[in-house]
Amino acid sequence: MTKHTLSVLVENTPGVLARVASLFMRRGFNIESLAVGPTEIPEISRMTIVVNVDELPLEQVTKQLNKLVNVLKIVELEPSVAVERELMLIKVRADSQTRGQVLETVQLFRAKVVDVAVDAVTVEATGDPGKLSAMLRVLEPFGIREIAQSGRVAIGRGGRSITDRTLRSVPGGSSQTA
Amino acid sequence: MTEQITGAQSLVRALEHAGVEVVFGIPGGAILPAYDPLMDSEKIRHILVRHEQGAGHAAQGYAVASGKVGVCMATSGPGATNLVTAIADAYMDSVPIVAVTGQVASRAIGTDAFQEADIRGITMPITKHSYLVTDAAEIPRAVAEAFHIASSGRPGPVLVDVSKDALQAMTTFEWPTELHLPGYRPTTKPHGKQVREAARLIAEAERPVLYVGGGVVKANASTELKVLAEMTGIPVVTTLMARGAFPDSHPLHLGMPGMHGTVAAVGALQKSDLLISLGARFDDRVTGDLASFAPEAKVIHADIDPAEISKNRTADVPIVGDAREVIADLVVALQAEYARHPADYSAWQDQVQSVAKRFPLGYDEPSDGTMSPQRVIQRIGEIAGPDATYTAGVGQHQMWAANFIGHERPARWINSGGMGTMGFSVPAAMGAQVARPGEVVWAIDGDGCFQMTNQELATCALEGIPIKVAVINNSSLGMVRQWQTLFYEGRYSNTDLQTGSDAARIPDFVKLADAYGCVGLRCESPEDLDDVIEKAMSITDVPVVIDFVVHRDAMVWPMVPAGTSNDMIQIARDMAPDFGEDEL
Repeated sequence: MTKHTLSVLVENTPGVLARVASLFMRRGFNIESLAVGPTEIPEISRMTIVVNVDELPLEQVTKQLNKLVNVLKIVELEPSVAVERELMLIKVRADSQTRGQVLETVQLFRAKVVDVAVDAVTVEATGDPGKLSAMLRVLEPFGIREIAQSGRVAIGRGGRSITDRTLRSVPGGSSQTA
Repeated sequence: MTEQITGAQSLVRALEHAGVEVVFGIPGGAILPAYDPLMDSEKIRHILVRHEQGAGHAAQGYAVASGKVGVCMATSGPGATNLVTAIADAYMDSVPIVAVTGQVASRAIGTDAFQEADIRGITMPITKHSYLVTDAAEIPRAVAEAFHIASSGRPGPVLVDVSKDALQAMTTFEWPTELHLPGYRPTTKPHGKQVREAARLIAEAERPVLYVGGGVVKANASTELKVLAEMTGIPVVTTLMARGAFPDSHPLHLGMPGMHGTVAAVGALQKSDLLISLGARFDDRVTGDLASFAPEAKVIHADIDPAEISKNRTADVPIVGDAREVIADLVVALQAEYARHPADYSAWQDQVQSVAKRFPLGYDEPSDGTMSPQRVIQRIGEIAGPDATYTAGVGQHQMWAANFIGHERPARWINSGGMGTMGFSVPAAMGAQVARPGEVVWAIDGDGCFQMTNQELATCALEGIPIKVAVINNSSLGMVRQWQTLFYEGRYSNTDLQTGSDAARIPDFVKLADAYGCVGLRCESPEDLDDVIEKAMSITDVPVVIDFVVHRDAMVWPMVPAGTSNDMIQIARDMAPDFGEDEL
């Protein structure tokens, strides 16, 4: 099985997240990561879904997703031609003795400290999953107290936009006659 | 100023605009506001059922028989959840229905209010689409979209859940002239290149089979199919959902494939070098063990739902489109292809015909003078004829009805294929009879199935819906009993229903029919069979229920044991067909 990142453009309507998530569940696919947010078009939301499946089942789940009335478009983003990012907030144990070393690590990974307490610092880091797990490994010995991590978001490299064609069919664009 | 009406009035008006003539339903608290204007509608006939599941199956029967969208209506909570089985059934068999349910007031949603159930959430996996409407202004658009989605593309059930406050609020009515569904664009026109590629494969094939599914009935493509079959001379098999799509009497027809299919149909698929699948979905009851299904065959798979293609069996040539357009285009492409590359399937035709002759469908008459269930069903089919509509429940009687009624016309056979819902036949027959007044509608039912939904006989009797119900009474859950005979050493755990003549006879189906205002008849001896059927045929003003007391140990043959290869087909217990020289 291999990891696939799907960008799914959906109508921004109530229940659409439940439809997508339950479809994965009932067809027996495990979602590894899911991130939902608005796009440059208010009526359209973008879901970035990471799944661990083989090629053939992936085709099946994509077709099933396409059948959902609120799903507008599905694009698989190949890691080589896309930028993938996750955001992580890490609360690390850091007293006066270790704080210096922790801060050094944070700088090495080009992360930043967003909160400081007597016995801990909170670090904000973004990056691809490889970078974040590397940083976690280095911070581990200091004592990780808490992690909050976002789902992955991804966007294709280059000038093209996957919303271009979908855009034309939002209100004012082409539509079907009853 | 535009006319102010209630959301409930808007709902009824929207249903009228959608062309609804019949609604099957039961009122209750949350849907109550809608029932008031419904009373005044001159266009919509509401049929008060006795259980919401009956409303759902009736809507299905109505939809198949009329070619329109069936509508059922129920209140919130238990009313809505009682629809769930029928909605799931419609989803599996792609039947266009719209289920309208009342929901508790929007401010109460999520509070575990009285009769609150998240019916949209519950039905999400079994609907094509669904709506929760909490704003009265949204009602016309939701209804218009629901009918469009239910009936177009691959048909299916759509739920419209309307909160009570939306029904009570004041609003204005405007029927949308345009629908805005950017994410819903079913492909009906097949791709020319794919069709030409399919034609090329067909011309090259030596042992092709037309594997016809329910999509051909839904696309109303029987005429085109006949043209294709006769032009090519390719043998045809029709799945459970497609019985009647191609005449059983046609010499090219090998019958039904699958677990209880004919030896010729199952064998032809197994030995084929090219399956031309039209609106079929390679269901496990057809394929048996997938790995050994039609091992030498290439596959042309035409379906209106792209997700069906290559779902179970990888297609060599996928074609997305409406079956009628696909077949019509295929005929044209084949004419061109045959001009270049004439094909001759006569050796293959001879081979499958010889198997069909040697292993026809049949059954043994019981030696003790009791009736064989197969003969009962066969005689009903012969006496009522191919113009009658037949519905069935699920189990042995369903398989016998699929095999022993001569199906000659499309959409005359209405059964629960994918879901296998016991209790389907009586309410489905009710719906079909409403769509086809004045025609003959038979519900072929079992004693087990009949006891699940027979309360709709009251609806039929009071609403003047004169269906005929044949209870094939073997005093047991017959198909389960058959499996217990074959696979559980005859240990009959909980399959004895005691409805037979030598049992407690609880309930007495004749008395039950009488209690429901129907004519109750009983037939226990083969000599009386034709007379009783004729008598039932002569009664056209009230529903008739016939208790056909049949031999208990009759089994459905042929049979491919579950999960095994189709090559393991048996024509009787422990009896595999001997194909002789020209092994099929």
